[in-house]
Amino acid sequence: MALADELARQQRSISVAEFFERNKHLLGFDSPTRGVITTVKEAVDNALDACEEACILPDLFIAISRVRDDIFRITVEDNGPGIVPAQVPYVFGKLLYGSRFHQIRQSRGQQGIGISAAVLYAQLTTGTPTVVVSRTSPDTPAHRFQIQIAIMANEPEVVGHEEVPWDRTHGTRIEIQFRSSLTARKRLLEYLKYTSVVNPHARISLVIEDEPFLFERVSDEVIEPPKAIQPHPHGIELGQLKRMAASVPLPLDEFLVQGFSRVGKKTATDICERAGLSPSNPASGIIGDDLTRLLAAMQAVKVPAPPAGLCLSPIGEALIVQGLEKEFQMDFVRARTRPGSVSNGHPFMVEAAIGYGGRLNPEGNAVLIRFANRVPLMYQQGACAITQAVTSMNWRSYGISQQGLPIGPLLVLVHVASTSVPFTSESKDAIADIPEIAREVTLALQDLGRDLKTFLSRRDRTRLQDDRARAVCAILPEIATKVAEITERPVPDITPIEGRIMKYLILKRKRLGGKVLIEAANHMGQSGTFMIYLISADSAGDASTPPVLVTGSGGEYTVVWQVALEPGMRWETRFSGSGCGGLEIRGVDPGKVMVVDEGGEG
Amino acid sequence: MAKADLDASALTRLLGIAGKWYDQIVAGEVPSIVLPTRTKRNIEYDDTTEVWKYGDRESIRTAGTAKSALHLLRMAFVIGFLKQQINENRSSTLRELYYISEGWRRAKFGAQDESNLLIEDLEILTDLQREAFHLRPEEDGATIFGPIRIRESTRRGVREIHCRDDVGEAGYQIPTNTENLDLLDHDARMVVAVETGGMYARLIENGFDEEYSAVLVHLKGQPARSTRRLLHRINDQFQVPIVVFTDGDPWSYRIFASVAYGAIKSAHISEILATPRAQFVGVQPSDIRDYDLPSDHLTERDVAALNAELADPRFASEYWHDQIKLQLQMNLKSEQQAFAARGLDFVTREYLPARLSAMGVI
Repeated sequence: MALADELARQQRSISVAEFFERNKHLLGFDSPTRGVITTVKEAVDNALDACEEACILPDLFIAISRVRDDIFRITVEDNGPGIVPAQVPYVFGKLLYGSRFHQIRQSRGQQGIGISAAVLYAQLTTGTPTVVVSRTSPDTPAHRFQIQIAIMANEPEVVGHEEVPWDRTHGTRIEIQFRSSLTARKRLLEYLKYTSVVNPHARISLVIEDEPFLFERVSDEVIEPPKAIQPHPHGIELGQLKRMAASVPLPLDEFLVQGFSRVGKKTATDICERAGLSPSNPASGIIGDDLTRLLAAMQAVKVPAPPAGLCLSPIGEALIVQGLEKEFQMDFVRARTRPGSVSNGHPFMVEAAIGYGGRLNPEGNAVLIRFANRVPLMYQQGACAITQAVTSMNWRSYGISQQGLPIGPLLVLVHVASTSVPFTSESKDAIADIPEIAREVTLALQDLGRDLKTFLSRRDRTRLQDDRARAVCAILPEIATKVAEITERPVPDITPIEGRIMKYLILKRKRLGGKVLIEAANHMGQSGTFMIYLISADSAGDASTPPVLVTGSGGEYTVVWQVALEPGMRWETRFSGSGCGGLEIRGVDPGKVMVVDEGGEG
Repeated sequence: MAKADLDASALTRLLGIAGKWYDQIVAGEVPSIVLPTRTKRNIEYDDTTEVWKYGDRESIRTAGTAKSALHLLRMAFVIGFLKQQINENRSSTLRELYYISEGWRRAKFGAQDESNLLIEDLEILTDLQREAFHLRPEEDGATIFGPIRIRESTRRGVREIHCRDDVGEAGYQIPTNTENLDLLDHDARMVVAVETGGMYARLIENGFDEEYSAVLVHLKGQPARSTRRLLHRINDQFQVPIVVFTDGDPWSYRIFASVAYGAIKSAHISEILATPRAQFVGVQPSDIRDYDLPSDHLTERDVAALNAELADPRFASEYWHDQIKLQLQMNLKSEQQAFAARGLDFVTREYLPARLSAMGVI
């Protein structure tokens, strides 16, 4: 037998399901640890997409519980429109089955692989079928399915199907069991936190092994679902053009006008002329070389950019800021939404935000959060075009130090929305290096960087003043004391210095000759009227300048003095007491007050 | 200067700093100090002493910011401590000073670098060396071996030591305060200051000191003040030429520069530490080429250091520019022990005799 015959006996088609069984990493199931995140991510993406299409404010419930040893059950439940019973097995039990693959608009999921891949993964690791409950309206009952995938055929296999009572009037619930671990728990929480930042209209509650978490909704605005558009002449390939042309019984020019976005009568005629084809010929009759020429003409002709505003749904600057403020405590947050742009005929839009200070970690690399179509990208940060755009910026010119990534208490958020996000792989972890996208990211961040710089320099100025005040009020007295000790002279009075270099109202408390001395010195350069509050065990009954008010009894008094001071003047009172307790000034801008409290010491 | 006089002037000058601050405070001024800027750009060649010293650039530190105020507060504490130490005739090491600051609350030093720098500031302000404050560095263990006789005043009496006949194979250990040393006599034609311990031991083992009447000094990398001070004194008192033998890389040229011209950090005392007539033996970049020495490629940091040296006033001579440019062009560096590739005797039989006669030392 010839070798070719022998080989021929081994040659046969491969099922998609079988292919992915071998290549789990392509779908983000490379390790049991990652499986949890990928599954939650796929289920959450689907739930949010479904709610968005139905104009419902999403209410998501996620539970992760240990069934035994390393077997976990993941439950994700939404209040979306539900799935009609006939479709349920296909949506969850067939790879590459979905509603959005053929539409040109922004959506989280696209190909219809994600959740069925999770079903497949469950089947491979535990053999347990996936349970799906779905209900489409209050008038219909909920249906409960047990689904598996017939791997060789890539077809769903319904193991069980029954009607069940359910407290939700509409929505979908999925329960998947597989071998995994919770080592990535922190990352899972991060994923949901980030998801909640860019989906401020969603409420997500989570229970991990009985521990509850809640990511609350901050916006009650339902997101306008983006509309599907026709393909753009610059973003089409030969195969697709061939399929489209063959399927419509229209003359060529009509076909171009109706089948593509931004093509009018004039452009259509122009295309026909360039391709050397008659506008009145039926589109379905164009084949072979003619088709190639038609494609070349479509790409050569000038066509306005596709309508980004229609098919994309940016989050918007205000909502990004709201979302970030909800999940992070920061001193500065700013967001930018760039105008829509086009790459290879696909409309896209970049949004970015920068946060600074607050409770962000002051050391180490900045936090970089990447999103594509409102989905956080959790892995392969280094391979992503967003990361490259961030590292190739000169952050030093905005007052941020940098070692590749910027360093310091900084948060950088970048969202790329597109009808077709150019991912580097099917696991959707990183965006490919497309110059147009990188440029938009850079422009957005540079714009925000300038705002940040303004904020930082303003903050530095106030900080410098504070620093000065601290030096003079706290350290200078110690220098004076030490210098006096060394030179064996009396301690010099430093008040002239205080007055000269500072523009503050200084309130001091110290012990002097067995008494407590409170003094105020007005260096503000303007007169001030204010109240001094002393909340302590001291009733200040023998005060040399009597208070206007004394309340309290037992060991706790509130003593108030009313003071009016001209610039450069001093005020004081002395009384017997402990010198402890709270001391404050009210009635003057707190930024102009410096309290030096040495009452409790010595 | 007699010890009592030295103590008195140290006290006067230290207290003078504190007294100036006191007067400033009384006058309603923020206390301040003025110091020369301590950078490469602010060192200048001094024609009379033939060494590099600080130039005219000065920076003022006033207690008007928290950082500078803290610096002045620490300086006040250090002055207070030194005053007591000098009065009580005690002494301490730089490390001990750092630990003593533990009790100074806010004025406590964060690291020993900070206290060392502050002492250097005080040296500049008082125009005295730290020994005058009764402060000494840690023992750094640099050694000397060869036909020279010295007298050391130790706490246990005066010792006369011949640095070859009275010591072991490792040599005589240079004390931290060389002011307690008297140089008595010698039988040396030259002093060879060697960077690495391996080469120092090789020269001793091969008997280079006896054959060529050479005094060998182990620099131990970037040499300590005491080592540089001793080289200066030998050259000054006995008129014996000093030659420096290091690795062939940019960092080693800086070792030579600090021996010959002074270091940037201690430019305020260059004239007593530096030996301007010291000569560089090698390894020269041209040696790497001529002797085909085993070598490594330059790293990025090496290249940056070489380029910095091209801009360093201490290397502004035709010889150094030619050598450095040659090295950048070859992109190679070699260690002094690379001569071993041609046999253990090569360096003492061939290289040094040839190089030293070319330099006119022998």
